[in-house]
Amino acid sequence: MSAPQVWRDAFAERAEALPGARLPWLARLRGQAIERFADEGWPTRRLEAWRHTPLALLGEQAFVAADGRAEVAAAVAQLRREAGDPEHWLVFVDGHHRPDLSTPGSLPQGCQVGSLAEALRQDAQGLEALMGSADEGSSPAALNLAFAADGAFVRIGSGVALEHPLHLVFVSATAEAATHVRNLVQAGANSVATIVEHHIGLADAQTLATIETRLALDRDARVTHLKLQRESEAGFHLARIDAQQAGGSVFDSHSLSFGARLARTDIETRFAGEGCEALFNGLYHADGRRHVDHHTRIDHALPRGTSREYYRGILDGAARGVFSGRILVAPGAVRTDAVQRTDNLLLSAQAEADARPELEIYAADVKCAHGATVGQLDEEALFYLRARGLDEAHARKLLTLAFAGEVLERIRDEALRRCAREILLARLPGEERMEESYA
Amino acid sequence: MLEISNLKASVEDKLILDGLDLRVGDGEVHAIMGPNGSGKSTLAQVLAGREDYRVEGGTVRWDGRDLLALPAEERARNGLFLAFQYPVEIPGVSNAYFLKAAVNAVRRHRGLPELDAMDFLKRVKAEMKAVGMKEEFLYRSVNEGFSGGEKKRNEVLQMTLLEPKLAVLDETDSGLDIDALRVVADGVNRLRSPERSMIVITHYQRLLEYIVPDRVHVLAHGRIVRSGGPELAAELEQKGYAWLTGEADQARPAGAAS
Ligand SMILES: Nc1ncnc2c1ncn2[C@@H]1O[C@H](COP(=O)(O)OP(=O)(O)O)[C@@H](O)[C@H]1O
Ligand SMILES: [Mg+2]
Repeated sequence: MSAPQVWRDAFAERAEALPGARLPWLARLRGQAIERFADEGWPTRRLEAWRHTPLALLGEQAFVAADGRAEVAAAVAQLRREAGDPEHWLVFVDGHHRPDLSTPGSLPQGCQVGSLAEALRQDAQGLEALMGSADEGSSPAALNLAFAADGAFVRIGSGVALEHPLHLVFVSATAEAATHVRNLVQAGANSVATIVEHHIGLADAQTLATIETRLALDRDARVTHLKLQRESEAGFHLARIDAQQAGGSVFDSHSLSFGARLARTDIETRFAGEGCEALFNGLYHADGRRHVDHHTRIDHALPRGTSREYYRGILDGAARGVFSGRILVAPGAVRTDAVQRTDNLLLSAQAEADARPELEIYAADVKCAHGATVGQLDEEALFYLRARGLDEAHARKLLTLAFAGEVLERIRDEALRRCAREILLARLPGEERMEESYA
Repeated sequence: MLEISNLKASVEDKLILDGLDLRVGDGEVHAIMGPNGSGKSTLAQVLAGREDYRVEGGTVRWDGRDLLALPAEERARNGLFLAFQYPVEIPGVSNAYFLKAAVNAVRRHRGLPELDAMDFLKRVKAEMKAVGMKEEFLYRSVNEGFSGGEKKRNEVLQMTLLEPKLAVLDETDSGLDIDALRVVADGVNRLRSPERSMIVITHYQRLLEYIVPDRVHVLAHGRIVRSGGPELAAELEQKGYAWLTGEADQARPAGAAS
C-alpha cells in the first residue's frame, strides 16, 4: 500500500540518508512536507483541482526505492540520437544523477550545471530560497519535497546566454519504483537559456515519478522550458513546473505529453514584475485507457503582462484528456493582455476531453480572450485526400499531424521541433510511411 | 470506357440520381450541363467514391471493372480524377507534401518508382508554370486562403500531375475570369488523348468554346434528358433548360440571352 502512513514510515527510515540531511533548514522543510502529505494523503476527486484525475489506483500500489544504478546506456544513447546529439546532456536514472551517462559539455563562464544532490552536500549558496516550501502545490508536491534526493541544479549568470539547449534526461528504469526529482533553475538578469526535460520510461510494470521543476527568472531573463514526457504505459507521472518572473522576463513553456498511464502536469507562473511575457504551449496525445492532464495557472500579478496559452490534445481509444487553464489578473494589473485557446481532437467515439478555462479578472483595462473547441477529423478533408489516392490511414495520420503542427511550430529550436514531430508520428496509428516534409 | 446504367443515388434519404445512363468511350470528352440542383455534383461525387452518397441501384462499369465496388483511393490510383467544385482547405498540410503524396500513391500503384524530392520539385514547378501558379503555393497549406480561381488552378495542377485515365471536372470554370478559363481549358486540352476520357460539368457554354466536346448531355431531375453534339450547348445557351425540364423559365443557364 502507498497509503500516507507507509510513506511516513519510509521517510523515517530514509531521511537520514538523503543528501543535505544535516542542513537544519532542509531537515525542517522535509519534515513539514512529509507531515503535510501524511495529513492530506493523495488528492481525492473531492478536490476541485483533482476532480478529473483518477489517483485512486495509486493508493493501492506499493512502490520501492531504486538506487539509480540500472543499466540504461543503450536507451539513453538512442534518445540522444533522436534529440540530435545535444551539446549539454545530463542524465538521471530513477531519480539519481548518472555522471557516467552525462556530458555537460562546455558551458559559458558564469553558468553552472550539475546535480542537486551534490549542491545539497556542499550546501551551495542560495539553495534555500530556490527549494520552495511545503505548502506549495498539491500534496504530491509535498511528497516530492520530502523525498527528492536529486535533480538538476542550474544557474545561469547575469547576462549569460546559453547557446545550446540544456537537455535533462530522466529515466524511469526500475519496475515498481517510485522516484522523486527536484530541478532548480536560476536565471540571472538578462540571461538566455533553453532547458529541455526528457522523461522516458523503460519499465513495463508500474512506476511512479514525481517531478518538481522550479525556475526563478531575474529581470529581463529569457527562459524556454520544454518538457517531453514519454513514460511507459504503466507509469504514473506527476509533475509540477513553477516559475517566478521578475520584471521584463520572458518564460516560454512547452509541454508535450505522450506517454504514461496517467500523466499530470501542473504549470504555474507568476508575474512578479511589470512587463513580463509568458507562452504556455502544449500538446498531448493519449490512447488506450490512458489519462493526460494539464493544469496551468498564469498569475498576472502586476501591470503590462502578456500571456499566450495554446493547448491541443489528440485523444484516441478510451483515453481521457483534461486541460484546466487558470488566468488570474490581480487588481491593478492594468494593460494585461492574455489569450488562451484549447482545442481537442477526438479520434474515437470513446475518447473524452475536458477543457476548463478559468479566468479571474480583478483589474480594468485588460484584454483577455479565450476559446475552447472539441472536434473530430474533417470528413471533407479526409475524402479529398483519399480522392487523390492516399489511403485512409495515411490521410488520418496526415490530418492529425496537421492538427498538432500548429503547436509544434511554436517550438523555435529546429532540432527539438523535429524530434517532437518524429515522436508523435511514431505514436499515431497507421503504418503508412510519410513523405518527407516540405513545411 | 465508362458505362453508367440506370444509376440511382440518394443523399440523406433524398433520391437525387434517378436512373441515369451514360457511356463515355476512350478518348472522348463529354460535357454535362443542367440547372442548379439537378444532381451534377452528386454524379461526380458518386463516381469519385464519396460514401455520404448512397447508391440505391444501377451499375457503373469502368474498363470492365465494377467501379462502385472500389474505395475512393483505389479509384484514384486506377486513374479516376475528380476536380472538386468546392476544393477543400486543409490547414497544416503543405501543398507540396500533398501533391507529392498523391503523385507517389498513383505511381506506386502503377508499378513506377516513386519520385524523390528533387524530381518531384522539378516536375511540379514545370506544371505550375503551365497553369500560372506561383511557386509559393507549394509551401502554403492545401487550398488554405486560396482565392476561388487559385483553388481551381490547383485542381487543374493536380489533374495534370496525376495524368488520369478518366477526369471529371465539376464546374471547374465557375467564377473564373477569361484568363483562368483558358488555363483550365488548356489543361484539359493538353491531356486529351485517345486513351483518356473526360466528363466536363459546366454551367456555361463559354468553356465549351475552348474545350470542344464530343457529346453534350443535359441532366435534369437526376437523369440525362437530352444528348447531342456540341451544337446542343449553343442551343441551351439560347433557349435555357425549361423546354427540356418542363419547368418554369427560371431554370435558364447563367448568361443565357433572354
Ligand atoms: N450533402 C448533401 N446533403 C443534403 N443534400 C444535398 C447534399 N448534396 C447535394 N444535395 C442536394 O442534392 C440535390 C442535387 O445537388 P447537386 O448534385 O449538388 O446539384 P448540382 O451540382 O447539379 O447543382 C440538391 O437538391 C442538393 O440540395
Ligand atoms: Mg454542383
